[in-house]
Amino acid sequence: MMSEKILYSLNAIFDTPDEISHAAEKIAEKGYKKFDVHTPYPVHGMDDAMRLAPSKLGYVALIFGLSGTLGALLSLWWVSAIDYPIVIGGKPLFSFPAYIPVMFEVTVLSASIATVLAMLFVFFKFPNNSHPLHGTGYMKKVSSDKYGISIQADDPKFNEEEIRKLFESLHASEIDLIFWDNEELNHKNKILEPKFLLFLLAAAVITSGTAYFSLNKLMFMVPFNWMMEQQKQNAQQKSLIFDDGFGMRQPVAGTVARGYMPYEFKGQPDLAGEKLVNPVPISKESLKIGQQKYDTFCSPCHGYHAEGDSRLRGQYPNPPTLHSDKVRKWSDGRIFAVLTDGQNIMPSYSTQLTVDEKWAVINYVRALQRALNAKESDLQ
Amino acid sequence: MSTGDYTKELSVIEGKPLLRDLDELISKPLETKPDKKFYIALSITLSMLGMLVIGLGLTFYYGIGMWGNNNPVGWAFGIVNFVFWVGIGHAGTLISAILFLFRQKWRTGIARFAEGMTIFAVFTAGLFPLIHVGRPWLGGYLFPYPNQHSLWVNFTSPLLWDVFAVSTYLTVSLIFWYVGLIPDLAILREKATSKIKKVIYSTFSLGWRFSNRHWQNYEMVYLILAGFATPLVLSVHTIVSFDFAVSIIPGWHTTIFPPYFVAGAVFSGFAMVQNVLIIVRKIFNYEHIITIDTLEKMNKIMLLTGSMVGYGYAMELFISWYSGVEAEQFTFLNRALGPYAWAYWTMITCNVISPQLFWFKKIRRAVPVMFVIAIFVNIGMWFERFVIIVTSLSRDFLPSSWAHFTPTYVDVMILIGSFGFFFTWILLFTKALPVVSMVEVKAVVDGAQPTHKEH
Repeated sequence: MMSEKILYSLNAIFDTPDEISHAAEKIAEKGYKKFDVHTPYPVHGMDDAMRLAPSKLGYVALIFGLSGTLGALLSLWWVSAIDYPIVIGGKPLFSFPAYIPVMFEVTVLSASIATVLAMLFVFFKFPNNSHPLHGTGYMKKVSSDKYGISIQADDPKFNEEEIRKLFESLHASEIDLIFWDNEELNHKNKILEPKFLLFLLAAAVITSGTAYFSLNKLMFMVPFNWMMEQQKQNAQQKSLIFDDGFGMRQPVAGTVARGYMPYEFKGQPDLAGEKLVNPVPISKESLKIGQQKYDTFCSPCHGYHAEGDSRLRGQYPNPPTLHSDKVRKWSDGRIFAVLTDGQNIMPSYSTQLTVDEKWAVINYVRALQRALNAKESDLQ
Repeated sequence: MSTGDYTKELSVIEGKPLLRDLDELISKPLETKPDKKFYIALSITLSMLGMLVIGLGLTFYYGIGMWGNNNPVGWAFGIVNFVFWVGIGHAGTLISAILFLFRQKWRTGIARFAEGMTIFAVFTAGLFPLIHVGRPWLGGYLFPYPNQHSLWVNFTSPLLWDVFAVSTYLTVSLIFWYVGLIPDLAILREKATSKIKKVIYSTFSLGWRFSNRHWQNYEMVYLILAGFATPLVLSVHTIVSFDFAVSIIPGWHTTIFPPYFVAGAVFSGFAMVQNVLIIVRKIFNYEHIITIDTLEKMNKIMLLTGSMVGYGYAMELFISWYSGVEAEQFTFLNRALGPYAWAYWTMITCNVISPQLFWFKKIRRAVPVMFVIAIFVNIGMWFERFVIIVTSLSRDFLPSSWAHFTPTYVDVMILIGSFGFFFTWILLFTKALPVVSMVEVKAVVDGAQPTHKEH
């Protein structure tokens, strides 16, 4: 039985810290590379005795710490100066002194997490409970009060007899061989085990069920809904107080809301063309608003350049071009009448555009007309 | 060990216990069934925890109006308790990180327990900002994350710094604690006889095998974490003090707050560690691990930090007079002579006068006396936060907006309940994990390290 097993290492147990330090020194001196010392606690001077190179984990901390600082600074700058620029307390958008606490905390957090994760999972390759030393009497002893040394069989200088003699000369109290566990060597992790799949399924059902319940049900129960359902009249709600049953009230008769003067020329486009004067001056701002509104509401049928080139590919009748002599000779007020009342198949745009926006659109249409029918003098 | 060896006087563990016996002693509470005393203690803390649950239930159902908070005293017990519990946590990090950097070997016996207390105290502290927002299920908005509202938090606000400081502190403390636990869990794995225990300890010890190639990196990481935790713990209470110092309320707007808060935090934290350890060492027979010398050293730290806090009080008074700002002068007179004078003088008695008894060596080494003094210190430090927060808010610049704060029964229930929450964690901890680090204690026993040879 034993002969079938693969040898992992030859181990020796020592009783005192002095002996183990001495033994480690000697073994490192002899040129063994794949050996390790196991002690119940860190023994002073052992790193030198084993001739270990200094730990490299300090670099991990340095790199992740600095990236934490820099990452925090960049994201704070991006959030408060670019993505969400709001002046608070009269401070500049990028107020460096106020970022120091958060930068410091992020530095500490990222360095600590990275260092520990790097140690456990990269340097030590944990979790590893299948190492041949686990489950041996040797491990029991070195975890408690003995000091062990182990030379691996794959060390180029490994020679059982020689090492046995060396250990004896160093006053080892016990010497024994440790083999790989065949069961663990041949063990294959099966992912598609029914138990595991069932576990995954249960986890998925529980997670999604909890998420659904808490987001779609719980938040609508007492007392979580108390902000949503307050004892007050909401818009569009039925009223038990007023005779007409409406929760919302009509304004007092004859009230005019700001910016909503009634249109006097309904059905009289020519009169409107005579009487109405464009109050919105042609400026960069009004043209910009006009362009935005024109592109949104007018261009689907009239086209971006007002040539009557609809983007709707004939799904809706194409309107005439706005560069015709007729439209160019119309006054601004006459166009305003069309926007307000509609014309032929074109509906009214009063619900989409305010009065000022309509005038801005007209200014923009004028600009388009002039651009497409430019004269030599316009270039100057 | 020969006499005249310098390591002799550094001996921090009394006697020269066998390493194996230390393992047995420390892991005994985990291997035996809890006794009657444990269940009595647990039932007391659970009843207190029940008060917290009822208090929070009332708060969530009816709203923050159940508390005594009013306008202008918008921050009362909620924030007092928060600052108090965060402060309690600071001793743990001080013991585990700062004393580690100073190579104070006496910390080994108490470090694990103090770190555990840090974590539980920060848990307890974390409850309060969360319940103070009124709708704790919306607490996620405290953290900056790209959300569907396209909103970001205000990075220039001390309250947001607090979110970062406290959550970083909790995370780093947990990591530090867990890293310290790994070798101990491996010891328990080797000792475990039942299958379930073996699986649990194997899982959490991650396959630790006491290799010196690991110890080398492990010690490096421990040093790095201690190096990070030290400025971190100073930053946490500094930032907590910014919550007040950055505002313009008289009595809050002072530059002395950060150092004075940190000193106060260490002061109250040591008092709490002291109180709990005195009970633990008695119950678990750890008198030779947590020695009277260790307790005396802790008393010296309490004397030092207590005097720093006392200096802070004196300096606040002096500066308020020296600054010539009428509102500041009034605030401090109001604290000492106004409607909350009883709280102010409780604070002075407990924090400034009672630790001065530690000048006497006899008192420093008398366990019952130091236990009582530590309780006084805890009471005093709670009142310090009460005095700072409530007196300043209740009477600020405009007399027309002054109002008196009186706590309601819900406030009191939540305060008592927070102690129940904390001590329930502590009790479960004593039964679930080794409360003293076996590895660290073994490393400082006499004869555990190689004798020094001349090279």
